[in-house]
Amino acid sequence: MDRNHLLRQVAYMKNSLFDQGYLDREQFTQLEELQDDANPNFVEEIVTLYYNDSARLIQNMEQTLVNRPIDFVRLEEILHQFKGSSSSIGAKKVNDACTQLREYCSAENTEGCSRTLQLVKQEHAVLRTRLETYFQMVREAG
Amino acid sequence: MEFEEDSTASKRMKIAENEDPITNKVQFSALIVDDDPLIRKIHSEVLKSLGFQTQVAKSGKEAVDLYRAGANFDIVFMDMQMPVMNGIEATKELRGMGVSTKIVGVSSECSESEIEAFILAGLDLYYAKPLTDANKIIPLIEDLKNKSVPNEGPKKTM
Repeated sequence: MDRNHLLRQVAYMKNSLFDQGYLDREQFTQLEELQDDANPNFVEEIVTLYYNDSARLIQNMEQTLVNRPIDFVRLEEILHQFKGSSSSIGAKKVNDACTQLREYCSAENTEGCSRTLQLVKQEHAVLRTRLETYFQMVREAG
Repeated sequence: MEFEEDSTASKRMKIAENEDPITNKVQFSALIVDDDPLIRKIHSEVLKSLGFQTQVAKSGKEAVDLYRAGANFDIVFMDMQMPVMNGIEATKELRGMGVSTKIVGVSSECSESEIEAFILAGLDLYYAKPLTDANKIIPLIEDLKNKSVPNEGPKKTM
């Protein structure tokens, strides 16, 4: 497969991520603009760091919902950090799910929190798969 | 190849051109205070791309300890929610020590009352995270270059 074709595929995949609402175009583009010859893999490094860190935060949030009594304040603190990280890579659907979770957390609604945390995990996993495929294509395109 | 007029990338190039042409050293130093390693990395890269020398601190206490040890920076980007010592406490502490460095509060989704408390602690400016938009930082660089212009007081920018 020639390079131009691969580059077109990369562009198509990226636009799909934007158009389907997985990534915020402006935010992700701002990250890409930081990538240069001195930092050729910056975006992928950032995304890798995000997934390493956010996996831990999700586990911590799950743990708060297992403990009794539930510490909703602690849950909100962890969620705040998780949402901040997700925003920084433009993880739009993940962020939308976080907003729902925060509302249930404020209301101290245990069932709502459990349900929406599952939604957060789902969106987080879907985006991860999409981004892994995207970066693999970026590497192949050179 | 297409060029966008006034694109962020071209603005970064223009800012980088303001580096000292003889020593090639950056003009300003920035301290990034945030407990999130992702944010520290992103904000460091944004600032470096605009010509800053950067250093990071993981908490408000680390930032205060740096200043107590004699460090000084042209600008501090202070997160609000951090363990050990949060941004509000750290800003109060630094101002109490007589630190007059420009301090920019950076946080995500805070209430108006939290932002107000942060500003009252001694911020010069507040920005919502993430700080990846060069257009928000370029005016700060201009401010640093014009240090002799009187400070008009803290401003909040979303």
